Amino acid sequence: MSSNHLQRIHIRGGTVVDPANNIKEQRDVFVSDGKIIAVSNEAPKDFNADSVIDATGHIVCPGLVDMCARLREPGQESKATIASETAAAAAAGITSICCPPDTNPVIDTPAVATLIQDKAKDSGKAYVYTLGALTQELDGERLSEMGSLKAAGCVGVSNAYSPFKNTLILRHAMEYAASHDLVVHLHAEDTHLRNNGCVHEGQISTRLGLAGNPSAAETVAVSQILALIEQIGVKAHFCRLSTARAVQMIARAQYTGLQVTADVSAHQLHLTDMDVGYFNSNCHVSPPLRSLRDREGLRAGLNKGTISAICSDHQPHEADAKLAPFALTEPGISTLETLLPLSLRLVNEGTIELSALIASLTHKPAQLLGIEAGTLTPGAQADICIYDPEREWQLDSDTLRSQGHNTPMMHWQFTGQVTHTLFRGQLIFQLDYLNEQ
Amino acid sequence: MKQQHLQLDNNKRLRHFLTTEGLKRDLLVEILDTAESFTSITHQQVKKVPLLRGKTVVNLFFEASTRTRTTFELAAKRLSADVLNINVPASATNKGETLLDTLRNLEAMHCDMFVVRHQNSGAAHFIAQHCAPHVSVLNAGDGSHAHPTQAMIDMFTIRRHKQEFHTLSVAIVGDILHSRVARSQIHALSTLGVPDIRVIAPRTLIPAEASSLGVHVYHDLDQGLDGVDVIIMLRLQRERMSSALLPSEHEYFKLYGLTKEKLALAKPDVIVMHPGPINRGVEMDSSVADGEHSVILQQVSHGISIRMAVMSMTMQHDLHSGQDT
Repeated sequence: MSSNHLQRIHIRGGTVVDPANNIKEQRDVFVSDGKIIAVSNEAPKDFNADSVIDATGHIVCPGLVDMCARLREPGQESKATIASETAAAAAAGITSICCPPDTNPVIDTPAVATLIQDKAKDSGKAYVYTLGALTQELDGERLSEMGSLKAAGCVGVSNAYSPFKNTLILRHAMEYAASHDLVVHLHAEDTHLRNNGCVHEGQISTRLGLAGNPSAAETVAVSQILALIEQIGVKAHFCRLSTARAVQMIARAQYTGLQVTADVSAHQLHLTDMDVGYFNSNCHVSPPLRSLRDREGLRAGLNKGTISAICSDHQPHEADAKLAPFALTEPGISTLETLLPLSLRLVNEGTIELSALIASLTHKPAQLLGIEAGTLTPGAQADICIYDPEREWQLDSDTLRSQGHNTPMMHWQFTGQVTHTLFRGQLIFQLDYLNEQ
Repeated sequence: MKQQHLQLDNNKRLRHFLTTEGLKRDLLVEILDTAESFTSITHQQVKKVPLLRGKTVVNLFFEASTRTRTTFELAAKRLSADVLNINVPASATNKGETLLDTLRNLEAMHCDMFVVRHQNSGAAHFIAQHCAPHVSVLNAGDGSHAHPTQAMIDMFTIRRHKQEFHTLSVAIVGDILHSRVARSQIHALSTLGVPDIRVIAPRTLIPAEASSLGVHVYHDLDQGLDGVDVIIMLRLQRERMSSALLPSEHEYFKLYGLTKEKLALAKPDVIVMHPGPINRGVEMDSSVADGEHSVILQQVSHGISIRMAVMSMTMQHDLHSGQDT
């Protein structure tokens, strides 16, 4: 279905949603030599298409930019590989992925960053960006060589889920990163308050007798980080917020002029601790699924722009990782292929307007990462997602492409499915639905 | 939702006994009535009935226990079952064999019932979801989640002393946060119609949003014991001191220990219970533990009848129904 030489593609009849350029109307998109050359109702002069994609009734938007997906390579290839997960990303309309540094070995040297980027190039299905480790081996104590990591292509730095030894080291890490103009991506969680909690502390933890992770584990960490940022004047990005209170705190900080941003995972906007039911280990995730009130607070934060990006927080696992009593299972959900359909539910439910949603999945995360992606601006790389907003489908294990089948959304019905994905001007995915009919 | 009915077969008969939560009142009463019929056997010369003849019961204990395991074993033997005791120390499962591996190995030996104790909440549910369709799982305690047979022993003891549930005030005193016994008692008491269930402990030992379980929360023992019919004291684990949940046993006894003076706040015919083993001088004074209101030793002797009841009821479930898949 895809050819190896760069070709001229005419995407005809679709509704273009390109929030960065304020476009939401029916237009054609013209691609040549891997770039977008026009978004217009008239073909550029001398444009002879090698192929035409009929996008009538479809939405044509920039390829999605996923701020956080674990591809498990290097180190955990039994869970997934860069090849398997970028193929899944292609089917999900995701063309840019940012990989956090908690691989094995961790991304604390240029060699590991380069290895990941090279493997992604070989797969040719998505551009994989990397976050460098803030501290060596993520030990929370020794600063990594951030200058070299940046030179090797890291688009930011993070300590992933690993805590800092103390707040002084956190301060130094943020200051040193700022000297290299690297954005620090922080998981706000006080590990002492978390206290091995594996579900939200509330009615469900009480009923099931599972150790609770209190909302304060997040809010105490957020307030500490905000106080530090106010003192030292650096930029910071809060990853995967889970509480309504943290959203309010960050909104207030943004209002007072602090340079802080935030993202949320798509599943936190939909699932709550109630979904844990009777120990459903596919709902074991970190930070934990929280209360309905938190979910509403996260949605409000997205709507108001306090939270600027939705990511997948993809964490594929082998089946065994989830086959144990709840607390002994590994946290995380395989989510690449539900990122767009789950997010589209927010539009169908009237929570957010389509352009704003697409922005939070494309050019806003691209801005946060400082990468050139997420728009259909002429001259930009032709990374394009085309989806059928009416198409109904069901998530099933035989159609799931990710190697990780750990999702509580198995057998869910979705409306809206990706039909074509273009990466660097090549059609790398086309939904095989003509055969089905 | 399927999993809520994991414990029942398609005829709504007991298939596994994992938690007292979500079971109907009739079923709990049936357990109590069946146990009542077994108590007479205990007093016969020949203490055996052939209900489980030819069946193999495995006591699968991942956590140390003497009393619970012994009463399950006795119960199984009185029902004429063969009993296999397997103690798996936590260290063994750390060596890479997963719970599922252990389970598959035992299934290969064609066992009919697993009595499971495990240090993790949800372990019994997990095993019930993954075992062969003919196997019944009895939860003998999973983490801080549930210990349903102990709760039913306590319901049985209460019923013997207090005919009606719907007029009672019951106080549970101690480490509610970590107590699987308390959780199972609360669900059972509330299903059986007890209108006033109180939990008494300092805030560090009360779970978040405890009132969502339908209990009244007290931090003061005197207030909490006022006018109650039943007092259930919970065992205090020593590690609660090292994790800064309590300052000392001394202060705990001073504030939450049951003494004769505190007991006087309750109804004159109050009964005092404890799932055992007792820390004398920590949870309660010896004079109360051995005093006229104490029914603690009766609880122990009721253990066998309740476990016989649950074993015989689950073994009668419909083999061809009730499995999820």
